[in-house]
Amino acid sequence: MSKKKSFLAIELQIRVKPDHSGVVTDGVKHSMNPFCEIAVEEAVKLKEKKLMKEVVVVSCGPQQSQETIRTALAMGADRGIHVEVSGKDYETLGPLQVSKILAALAKKEDAQLIILGKQAIDDDCNQTGQMTAALLDWPQGTFASEVSLEKDGIKVVREIDGGLETIKISTPAVLTADLRLNTPRYATLPNIMKAKKKKIANVKPADLGVDLTSRLEVLRVDEPPQRQAGMKVETVDDLVSKLKDAGKV
Amino acid sequence: MAVVGPLSRIARIGSTFCRNNSLIFSRSSQRRGIVSCIDPSHGLTDEQKEFQKVAFDFAANEMAPHMADWDQKEIFPVETMRKAAQLGFGGIYVQPDVGGSGLSRLDTSIIFEALSTGCVSTTAYISIHNMCAWMIDTFGNNEQREKFCPDLCSMEKFASYCLTEPGSGSDAASLLTSAQKKGDHYILNGSKAFISGGGDTDVYVVMCRTGVKGPKGISCLVVEKGTPGLSFGKKEKKVGWNSQPTRAVIFEDCEVPVTNRLGEEGQGFNIAMKGLNGGRINIASCSLGAAHASVLLARDHLLVRKQFGEALANNQYLQFKLAEMATKLVASRLLVREAAKALQENHPDAVSLCSMAKLFVTDECFNICNQALQMHGGYGYLKDYAVQQFVRDIRVHQILEGTNEVMRMIISRNLLMES
Repeated sequence: MSKKKSFLAIELQIRVKPDHSGVVTDGVKHSMNPFCEIAVEEAVKLKEKKLMKEVVVVSCGPQQSQETIRTALAMGADRGIHVEVSGKDYETLGPLQVSKILAALAKKEDAQLIILGKQAIDDDCNQTGQMTAALLDWPQGTFASEVSLEKDGIKVVREIDGGLETIKISTPAVLTADLRLNTPRYATLPNIMKAKKKKIANVKPADLGVDLTSRLEVLRVDEPPQRQAGMKVETVDDLVSKLKDAGKV
Repeated sequence: MAVVGPLSRIARIGSTFCRNNSLIFSRSSQRRGIVSCIDPSHGLTDEQKEFQKVAFDFAANEMAPHMADWDQKEIFPVETMRKAAQLGFGGIYVQPDVGGSGLSRLDTSIIFEALSTGCVSTTAYISIHNMCAWMIDTFGNNEQREKFCPDLCSMEKFASYCLTEPGSGSDAASLLTSAQKKGDHYILNGSKAFISGGGDTDVYVVMCRTGVKGPKGISCLVVEKGTPGLSFGKKEKKVGWNSQPTRAVIFEDCEVPVTNRLGEEGQGFNIAMKGLNGGRINIASCSLGAAHASVLLARDHLLVRKQFGEALANNQYLQFKLAEMATKLVASRLLVREAAKALQENHPDAVSLCSMAKLFVTDECFNICNQALQMHGGYGYLKDYAVQQFVRDIRVHQILEGTNEVMRMIISRNLLMES
């Protein structure tokens, strides 16, 4: 099972809403989170190596999330599950709620492996994978840059601050994909046409017994401050006195 | 789709994201065509949007970074084109039983328009290759289809379309290359001019004279590279379309088996013209892609460049000019897509509609690219900036596949026909 998130397309100019409650998303082009694309690619590769039987992609969100599911189907996933979350619920949907949904689906589908992108590039939370593993009490291999299925478990090479860490975890497990795990394939024209026939099931969070109430409240969203002009100084003493004036030292 | 580290930050940095390196910035923003009124995905089905997305991604990642290099070093990007073929772009409207993707003319137009934003010259060659593959697929018998189409669809082999001669361009039906029947072979003598891919391609679809003067004496033969008597002229030095070699193709007592003839004797001109109907839509689509990319480049430049104390984007003349460019772009797009649908449905006026589309769109899009260059000022004239390549590359679209003057002939003939 592989989870993808759709977010605002990379090259857009993002605008903060006038009431500072968030970012404008209406009528703005969305595309699949890059790390999720890598996760889908890894899942499809495992199926091609005949190590996994079926790849199911899941997306939680409003109607337009179906587009990203179709893209994943065109990459080679077998079927999709669209968990419908819209309006207010969608605005407050966070890693905790998503991981509850995924945990419920994993049990329902009897999944052996959940692969997610390590984080979404809109909120950079980097929590969903870890929370899902905790809820299911499954081992986790996060920031994976290399995954190999072996007889007695999964060997995961993780990118950590100190370098690379290799761990072995038992299945079922949760993996989160890092940048260098693979290079996602382009969907081919024939696969796009085949994807049309693949099924996308519609599910509501209530059907899975998941409570979507958020435990977090976003107080305010602001743009980063405009970059101010700098100042050139002649001597080190000048620099120190300017820093003192500005209260920095 | 590769994730580029610095670019992923752009999503969250409001107005402070990097605009200084205009070349790189411009390339990434032209990728998704995000400026809503000229969004090329308007009116498309979900499936068509997927095709378009793949083509845009491929153009941005595999073609755009190399576009200038291919132009300056005159490289024929065989590996990149083969990658495109793996996605199904080698025989987009060729039937699936011989390796094609079996899509419609409209799907094809959408794909070429998107690919063209990455490199017009390479996309235009891919469209010529597609046209040849379709001609063999449609007019060839089963042996010919099975012999040639699979390799063409995978781009294991490349194709060229040979109609024009030094003495017959617009007056194509007066061609002189002769094919005399001798037993089970035709002996070809003559030469073709301005052949795209000539010398580097493997399969030549050649229109030659087997019978009387005029169109009814012309047949279509498939000639393979390596056939004795087949040679090539020098590589032409062109203003644009430099990622494809252009050479004369010379036949000197070149023996071609009769089994390589597509269709019947005397059917060749008809086959050539049917090929060109689709070819004209494809070329117009390539012009669209270039114009779209140029409008985005111009828009980005107007937002960045400051003169007289403010950004050029505050200048009303330039605002109006940009609006006109965008309007003509959308109008052009609609005409090409209509013509594509008409061709797909075998509409009785499909030929005229394709000619109208080619005429209008190649002219308008050239003007759009040219104006975009003007908006860049002096920078527009430098090869460091992509806009000049779009201008140079699409200039020839007003000339080949039937000059825009010939398009007028076709259209007026339809209008003035006695019913």
